[in-house]
Amino acid sequence: MNVGSRRLVGVTAERATHVSSTDFPGHYPDEDHSWDLSIFKSNLKVEVQRLSNRSIEFDIVGVDASIANAFRRIMIAEVPTVAAERVYIFNNTSVIQDEVLAHRVGLVPLNVDPRHLDMKADVDDSGTDRDTIIFKAHVLCERNPKAPKGSEDPKELYINHEFLSSHLEWQPAGEQAILMKDIKPLNPNIVLAKLRPGQQVDMEIHAIKGVGKDHAKFSPVATASYRLHPNIVITKPIPMHRAEEFKNCFAPGVVVVDKAKKVVKIDPKGMRNDTVTREVLRDPEFSEMVQLSRIRDFFIFNVESESAYAPQEMLPEAIKVLRSKIADIKRSAESLLDIGGDGGDVSMADL
Amino acid sequence: MSSQSQLTPKVQIMKGATPNLSAATYQIHDESHTMGNALRWMLLKNPHVEFCGYSVPHPSEPNIQLRIQMFDERSSLEALLKALGDLDDLCVAVNDKYAESLRTGEFERWVEKS
Repeated sequence: MNVGSRRLVGVTAERATHVSSTDFPGHYPDEDHSWDLSIFKSNLKVEVQRLSNRSIEFDIVGVDASIANAFRRIMIAEVPTVAAERVYIFNNTSVIQDEVLAHRVGLVPLNVDPRHLDMKADVDDSGTDRDTIIFKAHVLCERNPKAPKGSEDPKELYINHEFLSSHLEWQPAGEQAILMKDIKPLNPNIVLAKLRPGQQVDMEIHAIKGVGKDHAKFSPVATASYRLHPNIVITKPIPMHRAEEFKNCFAPGVVVVDKAKKVVKIDPKGMRNDTVTREVLRDPEFSEMVQLSRIRDFFIFNVESESAYAPQEMLPEAIKVLRSKIADIKRSAESLLDIGGDGGDVSMADL
Repeated sequence: MSSQSQLTPKVQIMKGATPNLSAATYQIHDESHTMGNALRWMLLKNPHVEFCGYSVPHPSEPNIQLRIQMFDERSSLEALLKALGDLDDLCVAVNDKYAESLRTGEFERWVEKS
């Protein structure tokens, strides 16, 4: 891969160089760089690399860090999900205090599609079937009369020795029974409290739609991160007797040693997996033979969904949120046009 | 909190702006670095913009302030509106390319155990 030097962030032993982007009008003489949608589109590359049931890896090439970072921040903090917000505890004789138990219930990811629910205008309003999902949980721990003699395993000794996320029972309200199906926690095996004979938990849980910036329990992702694509260039031939040493300075698959042709090469496909540890720069001989960098506009996103959204839905949802934010600001800014304008008095806030 | 945000306008021009708005600071309510940095970048892509910067004045207040200064006495409000429109076009372009890549299905699929 041959990348223009303007697109590279240099990585040297002690510092990163050429960190800021320079693609602004006025930066280079006789070059335009003003916003042009068709140029942007022709440079833009978005490619899904790996997809599983829980996570996705995709590349966005040709955007600025401020845009990639906006997508990342929105996925974490502003894509809405549904989580328990109010927990009404009728009885709790477990060793976990009410407020701690309520907090643990709040963190349980639910399989409710947030697109089916409205955001509550005010959390203190009484809920409706359009904005609140209700669960009940009633668990009583008892001794197991059929426990094998001499057993010390709580699983055998007791019935319901754990209060699990699977104990949350959905209570469909109003039209929810038609609109939704099989609402439950995404993971049935989360232990919320341990119980012993005679202890019980009885509660009603109201789940609402919210965003991660209010509380992390509403965040739809476990991780949403990006890294810049590494770029490794061998500038002088690596001596064959040190090839293995050189290879071990990088992540597996990055360096290919061709013993027949007696050359050491960088595998362009394997390069993306390098972690850019700069181990190679610690060797005085190697440090003269290689140039390390990262590509400034090549973002490798890694997103793990921990919500009702499939991992491949996360970026479109983030873009939806970003576009609605833009529309909000635009509407408000357009209303300023009437009062502003040429010669007219500007209505300025006393800020 | 929510009743207060209904009273506060989304965008306000702060005092000290020039009458023709060629230099102005906009306070945008309920926004953060997410919009601030993206808007700053798109405004700097406009050759008529002399200066653009944003700040989050206080981390516990949900506001950002966006400063725009224009060349040739142009309107910063026009530039802001253009930047918002261009940012929206960018979003559509990224979304379309992503959907296309997902549709072609030329990627590795694997199963991840919980």
